[in-house]
Amino acid sequence: MDETQLRLDGNACGGLLHEIFATDLTAARCACSTCGAVGQVGGQHLYGYPDGPGAVLRCSDCDGLLLVLVHTVDRHRLAMPGLVWVDVEGLS
Amino acid sequence: MNQPAPLTWRVATVAEKRPETSSATTLVFDVPDWPGHLAGQHVDVRLTAEDGYQAQRSYSIASSPEDRGRIALTIERLDDGEVSPYLVDEARIGDQVELRGPIGGYFVWDVDMADPLLLVAGGSGISPLMAMLRHRAARSSMIPARLLYSARSYEDLIYRAELDRLAAAGDGLETFLTLTRSRPPSWTGFGRRVDREMLAEVAWRPERRQLAFICGPTPFVEAAAGHLVELGHEAARVKTERFGPTGG
Repeated sequence: MDETQLRLDGNACGGLLHEIFATDLTAARCACSTCGAVGQVGGQHLYGYPDGPGAVLRCSDCDGLLLVLVHTVDRHRLAMPGLVWVDVEGLS
Repeated sequence: MNQPAPLTWRVATVAEKRPETSSATTLVFDVPDWPGHLAGQHVDVRLTAEDGYQAQRSYSIASSPEDRGRIALTIERLDDGEVSPYLVDEARIGDQVELRGPIGGYFVWDVDMADPLLLVAGGSGISPLMAMLRHRAARSSMIPARLLYSARSYEDLIYRAELDRLAAAGDGLETFLTLTRSRPPSWTGFGRRVDREMLAEVAWRPERRQLAFICGPTPFVEAAAGHLVELGHEAARVKTERFGPTGG
């Protein structure tokens, strides 16, 4: 099966991202460092979740790698090699 | 809603269970201190086996935000699933599961968003869209809305009677059904997979700047979203919720 038939939306890993950021990140806008596209985190392509040991987010425009989050029982490792910025609204 | 706060696991109790189709069942949960939700949000459900093994899945909330203190999840049973067979076959009234949410600020709709609404559902992808329609009805909203719902057969249509009632209310909601595998003899709806021509017929004209929500199996969602963009609808206003290869 083509891997694109397995992917989900970033929205689906909102709970996992909340564990690290302590806020909802799915509505936040982000910019892809590969192609410059700006979109909401929840609308990016999600691979490897929930059956893998983490989540991989790729740009919904160019498929460039945005974010990798791996978690075990006692740690989370977050890599964001393809995000220029993330813009979170509504925090005091 | 966006204030920093941990997302805590809560113990939810099965309060009600009703079969919707041969493979989908609605479970209503009592959730203590449920903070309320927006239409389109989901929850993570976690099951723990006696040996400590945990399995987790996300399920869209089907009930309206106006239903306080309880949430309804409509779950499609997947034969090889780790969570859905338990919830559909085994869970009894009074049983408890762990649940956290509400989650997601991307695939959400509120009656304050005034633009015409287009909802496109494949199979059990109707679930979060039903929360939107229930919210719209509960708030007596007249926002123009169209639902295109694809299922394999008439018997596979979830919420059939309720959708008929909502569409008959005369409040600006139109529903379009398509059955892809088998159809009753008197069927007057569509009888094929959702394609570009069907979406051109059902969607609002691009200048109306509709807000579109598409939910269902990944191939279904990708095809429908692609068609809408080709038809001239702004990609950022086409929100998607993919369920994976088979849905659920």
